[in-house]
Amino acid sequence: MRWIYGVFLGFGLLGAPAWAEHDVHAIGDAEKGAKVFNKCKGCHQVGEGAKNRIGPHLNGVFDRAAATVEGFKYSKGLRRAADGGLLWDLEHLDAYLENPKALVSGTRMSFRGLKKQHDRANVLAFLRAYSDNPQNIPEAAPTAVLSEVKLSPEILALVGDPEYGEYLASECTTCHQKDGSDQGIPSIVLWPAEDFVIAMHAYKTKVRSHPVMQMMAGRLDDEEIAALAAYFGNLE
Amino acid sequence: MTLNRRNFMGKGAAVAAASLAAPMVMADGHGGKPKVVIVGGGAGGATAARYIAKGSKGEIDVTLVEPTRKYYTCFFSNLYLGGFRDLSSIGHTYGTLASEYGVNVVHDWAVGIDRDAKTVSLAGGGSLNYDRLILSPGIDFVEGAVNGWDISAQNAMPHAYKAGSQSELLKAQIDSMPQGGTYVMVAPPNPFRCPPGPYERISMVAHTLKANNPTAKIIIADPKPKFSKQALFQEGWSNHYDGMIEWVGPDFGGGNVTVDPAAMTVDIDGDVIKADVCNVIPAMKAGRICELAGINDGNWAPVNGHTMQSKIDENIHVLGDACSQGDMPKSGFSANSQAKVAAMAVRGALTGSKVFPAKFSNTCWSLLDTDDGVKVGATYEATDEKIAKVDGFISKTGEDASLRKATYEESVGWYNGITADMFG
Ligand SMILES: Cc1cc2nc3c(=O)[nH]c(=O)nc-3n(C[C@H](O)[C@H](O)[C@H](O)COP(=O)(O)OP(=O)(O)OC[C@H]3O[C@@H](n4cnc5c(N)ncnc54)[C@H](O)[C@@H]3O)c2cc1C
Repeated sequence: MRWIYGVFLGFGLLGAPAWAEHDVHAIGDAEKGAKVFNKCKGCHQVGEGAKNRIGPHLNGVFDRAAATVEGFKYSKGLRRAADGGLLWDLEHLDAYLENPKALVSGTRMSFRGLKKQHDRANVLAFLRAYSDNPQNIPEAAPTAVLSEVKLSPEILALVGDPEYGEYLASECTTCHQKDGSDQGIPSIVLWPAEDFVIAMHAYKTKVRSHPVMQMMAGRLDDEEIAALAAYFGNLE
Repeated sequence: MTLNRRNFMGKGAAVAAASLAAPMVMADGHGGKPKVVIVGGGAGGATAARYIAKGSKGEIDVTLVEPTRKYYTCFFSNLYLGGFRDLSSIGHTYGTLASEYGVNVVHDWAVGIDRDAKTVSLAGGGSLNYDRLILSPGIDFVEGAVNGWDISAQNAMPHAYKAGSQSELLKAQIDSMPQGGTYVMVAPPNPFRCPPGPYERISMVAHTLKANNPTAKIIIADPKPKFSKQALFQEGWSNHYDGMIEWVGPDFGGGNVTVDPAAMTVDIDGDVIKADVCNVIPAMKAGRICELAGINDGNWAPVNGHTMQSKIDENIHVLGDACSQGDMPKSGFSANSQAKVAAMAVRGALTGSKVFPAKFSNTCWSLLDTDDGVKVGATYEATDEKIAKVDGFISKTGEDASLRKATYEESVGWYNGITADMFG
């Protein structure tokens, strides 16, 4: 880490740019989660050779459709939830662990739930290690979460920092060409800033439907979108 | 600790005074401009060269070491096998990097790295000094990974997992398969470059065979119980190539394979198959120069996701397939994305230019058949522990034809975009 501070020394001299707060962190602390898992062990196994016991084994639970572990007899409640499309993603696992019966009425899992958010986060981080690794199966579940960014009412009035925009733009130019040519992927250069900002927020809020753009815009905050608009709007 | 911009800046400001004592622009012994040497002119290395040269506007000396005069992208080399591209359309040269960006392109092999003296020695006999070294050598194969196969057998049983002459060879073999012949693929174990790559290849080979040799068979021996975009591929195979493709997973002995390149046979768990084409894709490791530099842990070179610096030597950054960084799949898109983060970090360290928090992304498109494209993608950020996946998406089974066609067209646009981003 010391080296990184070195890189950032420049900021002290140049003055801090106005970025929004923005965080990424692991789901939780897997080591602490291993201890929390002691509460689950009476019924659930995980890891190599794990078998179904009172509850199903938990290998590969992330992003698994509910009630699909082979050879396990599920409650009617869980099967009903599965028919409704319940998928064990981070959000639903978290809700289930907080209060199983609230998410799935009629579940046989007789567990009162983990009330503390950090206990849930830690045990989920522990269990995540027993599901597919994104490096090998890119469609596997996330291993980190991004904190929410707030939309301010003055979004359109923001004036972006083109230098920051240039760095962020390097992600866009893997697909969108800087010279404005468009073959299969639309040109995004020299747009009026307002149109650019509106389009990006439309993806971010999933009003526009393209999944790559929803994902890319989804993690840009207002200042970052403004910075991109400033950069792409003024390319030579 | 989580990565937090305010934290970073706060600490940066707090130690700003110290910067006077430790000048940032290093001109280490050799005087003159700071020097960056990049080994490997592929998806990671070419991008890094271009971004460092472009961003530093002549303040940094950039040397790119790459043995081949023409780089054939592995991406879209499967489309070449399927007849959707010709080989020349996936070959790229380094002329623009040299003439427009001032990159010193040296066509040679790096054969040794002295980390104390900070020099790279070349097969041709020369030696290069560096202040920062970037290694993006791609992959080599793990010796002895497939029983009966070694590099001397790659003409009889090509891998075609480094594009160029190997791709041409495999295509020629597919084109001269006898009617009703058998194509066998020995698929690699995790982790390997391009997780959907072998399965896109199967789709493209099937596309070619369906037109020229419809009674041919394809067998995949696979040591992995699951593979990338599996549901999408399997749906595509049954839609387009019903009955042609047999996938043998580990439950049926797909991980227990011995090949005999002289006899052209493949033994899958005791079942000996006569192959007309045998495409062996062995287990992979970081390009050998990483091992020679002494920066590997096991088969790969671990890096810090904030900057792509080696965890073993902070003067070296490792990009692309060769590094182990966490969640990003080994792909050209990933290597290109990592190169931009490294370029920014290197420029920051050597010239004090602004450094922003690392962001990464990846999307891998695959073609199943004419106008039937699918994709999977994700965004990533650096935590102190690794590059962690934050969000993702994948095409759905049963999508309508117009969406699949648009996805394919998008992949063509991406190809043009990323190659322009690499080579200028
Ligand atoms: C069939 C196939 C399909 C693929 N499809 C896609 C796709 O659709 N999308 C995608 O994003 N990715 C795809 N990939 C993956 C992609 O090609 C790689 O992940 C990417 O090329 C990695 O970039 P890199 O810089 O790490 O290595 P490379 O691009 O392989 O570049 C490494 C370079 O280093 C040079 N080199 C090695 N050792 C030395 C040395 N000692 N001295 C000097 N030079 C050296 C080599 O000559 C080579 O040019 C595919 C791969 C394959 C095999």
